[in-house]
Amino acid sequence: MPTSIPLDYYLILSAVLFVTGVVGVITRRNAIVIFMSIELMLNAVNLSMVAFSAYSGDIAGQMFVFFIMAVAAAEAAVGLAIVLSLFRNKQTVYVDEVNLMKW
Amino acid sequence: MEVQVILFAIFAVGAIGSAIVTVTRKNPVASAMALVGHFFMLSGLYLTLEAQFVAAVQVLVYAGAIMVLVVFVIMLLNLGTEQQLAERSSYLRGTLGTLFAALFVILLALAITSNPSGANQLSSKAVEIGTTESIGQSLFTQYLFPFEAVSLLLLAALIGAVILAKRHVQEGA
Repeated sequence: MPTSIPLDYYLILSAVLFVTGVVGVITRRNAIVIFMSIELMLNAVNLSMVAFSAYSGDIAGQMFVFFIMAVAAAEAAVGLAIVLSLFRNKQTVYVDEVNLMKW
Repeated sequence: MEVQVILFAIFAVGAIGSAIVTVTRKNPVASAMALVGHFFMLSGLYLTLEAQFVAAVQVLVYAGAIMVLVVFVIMLLNLGTEQQLAERSSYLRGTLGTLFAALFVILLALAITSNPSGANQLSSKAVEIGTTESIGQSLFTQYLFPFEAVSLLLLAALIGAVILAKRHVQEGA
């Protein structure tokens, strides 16, 4: 059953969600919240991929989403391990208190 | 109004709302809970696009596995009471960040609306390509190499996470 929603609606929704994630990365200091904002951005891209896939009848978009999810899972594991070891060494998860490599 | 339009509206508003809650809450646990809601909304949007397999995997992998990991780390870090959690807010950073983000949204919306894709209907093949059968079919034929590469990546991430997160034992002890 075909829907009557134009593809552009999905693309604009995806853009808004992506930018919400960007705002999170720019304005927050908590490393875990920044990490979650990155997940928001990944999911916004996934949404536009699935939309393109469904509207063009090509499976490639959904395959890419599958691989992006796998990469996101790997990123989650490594990213949270980094946050954990950061907290262990610096007793903070606020990114502006970690300025060891700041020039 | 058609039921698809209503569903799209509900999921779209829910997704945007939960995304905004995710980036604005001071308490990371509240952010994480909003993010779980966001993943469910996205899963609903995938269903409106007839992508059943992706919708199921979204709930299993994101709302299930990744968010459990995030909440687990938040609890493990024991960041103290909510009073201490209040971030020193920088108005300059907040305002400028939001301002440029709004600008970016407007630019993107202009770019999309000035070049309309003209696609108003789901492809007639949308229903059949979203099934687990067709995803598995091409995963193990056309996309076999990326599939194997991803398994290697997951192994590397597994080892990396263990090495990064393990407590360093005293040298020579």
